[in-house]
Amino acid sequence: MRVAILQFPGSNCDWDAEHAIGEILGIPAHRVWHKDRLPSETEAVIVPGGFSFGDYLRCGAIARFSPIMKDLHEFSDKGGSVLGICNGFQILCESGLLPGALIRNECLDFRCLNQLVEVENSNHLFNRNSFGDSLVLPIAHGEGNYRADKSVLSSLEENNQILFRYSGNPNGSMNDIAGIRNLLGNVYGMMPHPERAVASHHPSLDGLPVLKAFLEPVLQSRPSEISVS
Amino acid sequence: MKVTVYVSPKSTVLDPQGAAVEHAMKSLGHESVEGVRVGKTVTFEMEGSDSPESRAKLDKLCDGLLSNPVIEDFRYEIEEG
Repeated sequence: MRVAILQFPGSNCDWDAEHAIGEILGIPAHRVWHKDRLPSETEAVIVPGGFSFGDYLRCGAIARFSPIMKDLHEFSDKGGSVLGICNGFQILCESGLLPGALIRNECLDFRCLNQLVEVENSNHLFNRNSFGDSLVLPIAHGEGNYRADKSVLSSLEENNQILFRYSGNPNGSMNDIAGIRNLLGNVYGMMPHPERAVASHHPSLDGLPVLKAFLEPVLQSRPSEISVS
Repeated sequence: MKVTVYVSPKSTVLDPQGAAVEHAMKSLGHESVEGVRVGKTVTFEMEGSDSPESRAKLDKLCDGLLSNPVIEDFRYEIEEG
């Protein structure tokens, strides 16, 4: 096991994530049920999109109490790489692994479209040198409107924790935020779906560099084993 | 005891549902309406009676699961019996 993809009742992007990482990038990836333990050989975790627990109460509010979340907290505390996509981003915010919260889109519509996002220079993995100035990635969410209080928002800005901003804000997100990371730089969250932009029949291939950047620490740990260049 | 928890969006947080409902109310001629906020109520039975211990448990329940302190406020009412 290299990459663990968490699977909650109602997750529905888990197979797409496994396809993108396992089949397209060729990195061993497996789905892990939310009531199971995180395998000890896990080197990176994807919290995939979907509607965990039907989005009841709030998006991600129930999933954050799933048994596997204890292991996820321990994994990230030790510096393990975690990426939450869409509902996964919501779960990471609810669980406190990322700051802020995602509320109902300002327009009240479910937004499902190919979205242009501007790349920010966040860290050595997520920056314009790696991705270019902008990416086209699919979005599909009803609650992607990022909210945080002023002090959190200014610390995100000051510490370059913003990964991507929407070009043409689809949901009312503060500061056009489409994705953020934690201060340490090992926990990432984004509303757009990189795992749905990795094949020729997808809207773009712009998800590939995003997933590769996220998985770079894993790849560097055993560079001879797998090449995704 | 019967507990009713009221969860509402924080006054500082945008409430898109509240804004849409307010717009609808005004469209129906209720033009004096202002500041509509849409929240939710959660009701349940719980063993025990209204005591500092029960309230401590309820605070924890409300602050972790039933509401998200980043975006929501909560209050609750307890009915004995």
